[in-house]
Amino acid sequence: MNAIAPPAPPADLAASTSAPVRRAPTLTDRLRPHVQHVLAVIIPPIMLIGLLVAVWEWASSSPTASLPPPSRVWDDAKELILNPFYDRGGLDKGLGLHLFASLQRVAVGFALSAVAGVALGMLVGSSRFAMRALDPLFQVLRTVPPLAWLPLSLAAFREAQPSAIFVIFITAVWPIIINTAVGVRNVPADYRNVARVIRLSPFDWFLRIVVPAAAPYIFTGLRIGVGLSWLAIIAAEMLIGGVGIGFFVWDAWNSSNLSDIIVALAYIGVVGFLLDRAMALVGRAVTRGTSEQ
Amino acid sequence: MERDFLDISRVSVRFGPGAPLVLNGIDLKVRQGEYVAVIGHSGCGKSTLLNVVAGLLTATQGGVILEGKEVTEPGPDRAVVFQNHSLLPWLTVYENVKLAVDRTAGRGMSRAERHDWTLRNLALVRMEGHAQKRPHEISGGMKQRVGIARALAMKPKVLLLDEPFGALDALTRAHLQDQVMAIHADLGTTVMMITHDVDEAVLLSDRIVMMTNGPTATIGEVLEVDLPRPRHRLALASDPRFIAAREAVLRFLYERHALPAAA
Repeated sequence: MNAIAPPAPPADLAASTSAPVRRAPTLTDRLRPHVQHVLAVIIPPIMLIGLLVAVWEWASSSPTASLPPPSRVWDDAKELILNPFYDRGGLDKGLGLHLFASLQRVAVGFALSAVAGVALGMLVGSSRFAMRALDPLFQVLRTVPPLAWLPLSLAAFREAQPSAIFVIFITAVWPIIINTAVGVRNVPADYRNVARVIRLSPFDWFLRIVVPAAAPYIFTGLRIGVGLSWLAIIAAEMLIGGVGIGFFVWDAWNSSNLSDIIVALAYIGVVGFLLDRAMALVGRAVTRGTSEQ
Repeated sequence: MERDFLDISRVSVRFGPGAPLVLNGIDLKVRQGEYVAVIGHSGCGKSTLLNVVAGLLTATQGGVILEGKEVTEPGPDRAVVFQNHSLLPWLTVYENVKLAVDRTAGRGMSRAERHDWTLRNLALVRMEGHAQKRPHEISGGMKQRVGIARALAMKPKVLLLDEPFGALDALTRAHLQDQVMAIHADLGTTVMMITHDVDEAVLLSDRIVMMTNGPTATIGEVLEVDLPRPRHRLALASDPRFIAAREAVLRFLYERHALPAAA
């Protein structure tokens, strides 16, 4: 019944002695949230993939099934999966080497289309006359499917390699042109007014205002373009032959290696995904600060 | 000496042939060092008038003469502080001001002088501590201060303010108004400010130009604000001359030229 029963000093003492004892967070403590986050992101897709593989195994396990189950794919194509870089000469190469050949074509074709696309887009975006002249042409040509260009480019170049590169170029260039033009046309009027007040030269106006203002649009175009060129190269290689992942798929089909095709498709998908991600990352790094107002 | 510094004479503007006049016969003479506010309801063409003075817009009739030279195009002698700051988002605060310095007042300066001049103008609006930030990292009031620093860094003959504090909260606005008053007292820059805030107009200006409602807006009345400077908002709040000037503007805006839609 005493109101001042608990004496203060012991409480103080307890607090002061317990404070230094509190240990610093260990490495596991600090890593735990990160690990939890990574697990939360990774576990759902892994579960789904596991489920799909199980359904696939079950669905194609009957002797009359037309497609091989995952276990057969593993048995048939173990070497393809585990050793992507073997080379036995000719076309008997690992998938890594086929992909590398395809990626080289994409690199050349896409680089050309990026340069030409950005340049043409800038022209169309900044000149009304150029837009009126070129836009109808672009609108018609961009609907032509990539492979429809192949016979014409084979006739023109008379060789497989430049023809494939041309097909990539002509596929990827349209979204780059169109997005660049939209970006240039959408430079805010305020920036134009600022530039007029400080009397920027046309060259500086272009370099210091138009290019950075249009950069987010340009990178959207480049990202769409790189995806399209990966689509186009697989199809083009099926027709022109030689080393390349597209021809590998066609070759496997001709020799009824369904397992090889399945493995190749997985590789194509992963590479396409990585290309898209890489482009998005470059875009984000370059346009940092530009798109945020 | 009594020659008019900025002479806006018989300015009419229409957007496209056949369209109604937006501005009709605006006549306004501004003395050197004077602070003039243009006030009116939205849509009365006050921003159009400012754009004509800036040279961003060509008058259909009439013209603008600054120090004996006709205005034909935009230029740094009529620096504009835009309503929505218009800083370039990919440049830092420092780079935004530096870009203007390099192309205008900084011509003929050495590299170090341009750097110093940029920092001096940032210091004028107390933004030197945020020089390396990008526009999206600073508040709306700070952006507007950088806009003012950028305009002042061009060493303009006339500073044109297009509703510079319109988008800011009341406290930030008051703070910026005090800064602009201090800068005006310091540098003696001629200022033409567009506003729709009656208190702001009375507090800051030597003269208030009241516009009638658009279309075919024109100058309705001009009020001389003969309050001594420096002015302090607290002391003025109960000053009869401040109250009278405020009432005169309010009567113009809400009695004689009330917006039909608002009535």
